[in-house]
Amino acid sequence: MSNKGKSFWTETIKTFKLIARNKVGLLGLILVTALVLLSFVGPLLVPPETQAHTDRINKPPSAEHVLGTDFQGRDNLIMVIHGGRDVLLVAFTAGILTTLISVAVGSVSAFFGGRMDSMLMTVTDIWLAIPRFLLLVVLATLIELENIWMLAIFLAIFGWPALARQIRSQVLSLKKREYVEAAQLLDLGAAHIILKEMLPNMMNYIMIALITSMTTAIYSQTGLVFLGVVPFGNNWGVMFSLAYAKNAIYNPNAAASLLAPMGAIILFQLSLVMFSRSLEEIFNPRLRTGV
Amino acid sequence: MTVPLIQMENVSRRFQVKRDQYITAVNDVSLTVDEGEILCLVGESGCGKTTAGKMIAGLLATSEGRVFYKGQDIAQLKGQAFKDYRLAVQMVHQDPYASLNPSHTIYETISFPLKRHNLAQGDEAIQQRARKLLTMVDITPPDDFLNKFPHQLSGGQRQRVSVARMLTVNPSFIVADEAVSMVDVSIRISLLNTLLELKQKMGLAVVFITHDLALAKYFAWDGAIAVMYLGKIVEMGPARRVVDDPQHPYTQVLLSAVPDADLDATLQREPIQLRSMDVPSLLRLPTGCSFHPRCPYFEGEQCEKVIPQLTRLKSGVSVACHLVLREHEADLA
Amino acid sequence: MSKSTNQQTSKSSPPTLSVRNLVIEYQAKRGAVRAGRDISFNLQRGEAVALIGESGSGKTTAGLGIVRLLPENAQIKQGQIIYRRLENGRVTETDVRALNDRQLRQFRWKECAMVFQAALNAFNPVLRISAQFGDTARAHNYLRGRKLKERALHLFDLVRLDPERVWRSYPHELSGGMRQRVLIALGLLLEPQLLILDEPTTALDILTQRNIIDMLKDLRKTLDFSLIFISHDLSLAVELADRVATMYAGRIVELCDVYTTFKNPAHPYTIGLINAVPTLTAHKDRVTSIPGSPPDLIDLPPGCKFHPRCPLADERCRTEEPGMENPTPNHQAACWKWQSARESLAGGWEL
Repeated sequence: MSNKGKSFWTETIKTFKLIARNKVGLLGLILVTALVLLSFVGPLLVPPETQAHTDRINKPPSAEHVLGTDFQGRDNLIMVIHGGRDVLLVAFTAGILTTLISVAVGSVSAFFGGRMDSMLMTVTDIWLAIPRFLLLVVLATLIELENIWMLAIFLAIFGWPALARQIRSQVLSLKKREYVEAAQLLDLGAAHIILKEMLPNMMNYIMIALITSMTTAIYSQTGLVFLGVVPFGNNWGVMFSLAYAKNAIYNPNAAASLLAPMGAIILFQLSLVMFSRSLEEIFNPRLRTGV
Repeated sequence: MTVPLIQMENVSRRFQVKRDQYITAVNDVSLTVDEGEILCLVGESGCGKTTAGKMIAGLLATSEGRVFYKGQDIAQLKGQAFKDYRLAVQMVHQDPYASLNPSHTIYETISFPLKRHNLAQGDEAIQQRARKLLTMVDITPPDDFLNKFPHQLSGGQRQRVSVARMLTVNPSFIVADEAVSMVDVSIRISLLNTLLELKQKMGLAVVFITHDLALAKYFAWDGAIAVMYLGKIVEMGPARRVVDDPQHPYTQVLLSAVPDADLDATLQREPIQLRSMDVPSLLRLPTGCSFHPRCPYFEGEQCEKVIPQLTRLKSGVSVACHLVLREHEADLA
Repeated sequence: MSKSTNQQTSKSSPPTLSVRNLVIEYQAKRGAVRAGRDISFNLQRGEAVALIGESGSGKTTAGLGIVRLLPENAQIKQGQIIYRRLENGRVTETDVRALNDRQLRQFRWKECAMVFQAALNAFNPVLRISAQFGDTARAHNYLRGRKLKERALHLFDLVRLDPERVWRSYPHELSGGMRQRVLIALGLLLEPQLLILDEPTTALDILTQRNIIDMLKDLRKTLDFSLIFISHDLSLAVELADRVATMYAGRIVELCDVYTTFKNPAHPYTIGLINAVPTLTAHKDRVTSIPGSPPDLIDLPPGCKFHPRCPLADERCRTEEPGMENPTPNHQAACWKWQSARESLAGGWEL
């Protein structure tokens, strides 16, 4: 009778078919999946580079080293394979946390209005006015960001205000919809109205928010690493940072050491954005039912 | 004497447009609706009928005056008493495309209130009830519709589902705000007939808001019509009487101006000329009687300075017009 | 500025517009939407024809098709649209479908103007009315400057607007009714011989509607143009139409003069429609709905498209789509049962 009867798999396959309707979105999904596999499964298959090989420093791409080698003679391709995990984990975690906080704040603020709204929006505005990245840098030097989880939480704390305002305006416009008014008349309760009446009609928006916060997280992360504030790991950001520090921009042979990590980061961002093109297909009920 | 189900007592509602500017959407309106009664609020756009409807349903607060449900001021209701009121007074909206959540199936839409208020226990009972409600609004066979999404239904069907949803909580009072205006002409009557049947069966009281006078007369055949102009009720009485023998100049003008699908009547009609073509703005209401700048029977000082009160005549019609009240001095109830 | 003292539709002169077997289809994901299926009618000089129908009847599509303003995913698959201009006793024929883009732009507005509902977005919000008139005139190489303003002010006068004030206004400063009148004036700017109005009074107040209807009646007496207006509102037909074309599922199912439409209709749909609209004087027992709803234009039933809702439907109705029958020479009805329809349904929709 209700959708609960359908199995998980039929829904998943159906969703996949819907995504496939938009070619760009499908490509985006494939790329994201590829990068995820590369970064999480790859390291299990390919042993990491643990030592320096002084005999092959800064070699340009060749048959043996497809992406060339870096300033320590390590194979760039292997480095890229091992360097994605941290970046992706931070991106996903920070993205999800940011989205959760901003959706919660934005929808509660818009739904209840009045003083709650004023209060929350004042906090948001103050937060927005602070130059976040600078504060992030300063705080990062004071507090040791020991692991990726702390970094993700940090990024989320600084990232939610921008999205909260957007979510709030979406909810405000949904609040005027007649089916929301009907739900109020039927006394269905604030939780139900926000979670079941409004959110499903905002999924498109929320997913965009998620993707935006993920790309922002990657930028922030790369920036922090570049500034040397985040002392750990051997990820794409670090690769880029070190290559730059070792003057790779002056050495044509070492170009690959800069381009490889940069390319990986850009590819990930791009594939996320491409994937978002398919969101309309998944979340619009009209398109879902194939009308 | 039983207490009326809904009573509005000197209710006004203002909206802030700019820092110092207010519009008075509803201006000192009083009316009562008893159990099982039908009242049509008719008027042109901006007359305040929708705002009045929302205040009855408790979706808007009053700026002045009080709304009573079963004798209690709704602004003072708390807890269970408020909940009872909230469920008892329901609304059917105008736009069939916006009144149902596009992300929910028909079954989900109807089951939410049933589950929330424990009106049916268990999936089986909920399905049964949903089927029954859909049948009551002539959506048959119900099983064909339960799993559909709103966009797969026609406008008329969506309105019926809205009505079914509203019936889940067993209301005793319905505010129908232009409920058939966006539905195809040939099925409007069938939707209204469904509402009338439900009213009969369940003893519902209905306030039907519309700008369509012929529709109002049909729906409120055994009920009452209140004609609103710029936030005030200018004439109120038994529907047929108000339409067949209008007393207030505005009602007369309206009835002579409205395009009617009756060929003979249209050919025989005598148009009434208004004094002025300017439509007054709600920002600056005319002094005295709001209709005086346009009234073809305008008399002078009294109309300009004194606000006419809605007064009941012996015939059962209430009118707010100096001229009419003077002519019927002997007829005052 | 032409004036015709001849109010009668002159049957002797050839019709201003001849539409023959027009077929229009939209491409939707689910399939082809057959919004116009074999639409045929003539419009005489000075005549007003109402295209009356509900959602999915194809009336707006027909209007858009005549001026070739259909959206990209729609196509005129078949049919003929012949427009005849009468000037100084001479008749020039135009095959509208054969016009190229440049000729089409000339045709639109100069010969045939279409006026839509006066939503705010019918205007450019940052331009004054004077500028919008200027743009249109310039696009068609029409009058300029003072002469244009004179003509516009004259038209504003005819449509009962305060000329100077409206000329200088921005669209948002005007009410819905005023905007509608400005659009009508704009439509008449280049002296077209054919005016098409799409839902001219929907969403307007009763008193404003009355004003516009009266104004249109006066216009028809003063100026010389033929009028097609598209609406779901029967009362508009009563007020303005000489003839009424009732449309259902992409086709004209009945075409006759307005008096016959309301007093002696032949097609069950027309009969049902008139009975379904309450009037100020009707008794409530005489009003009945038509059961069911309009068909899906992608998935039309076989035979007569109205048969699922028609109590008179028999085997033939279900399998064979009726052609146009002629109860009288000037009355067409697409129904096998037209002869008995009125009588059989006199007692109500249930037989």
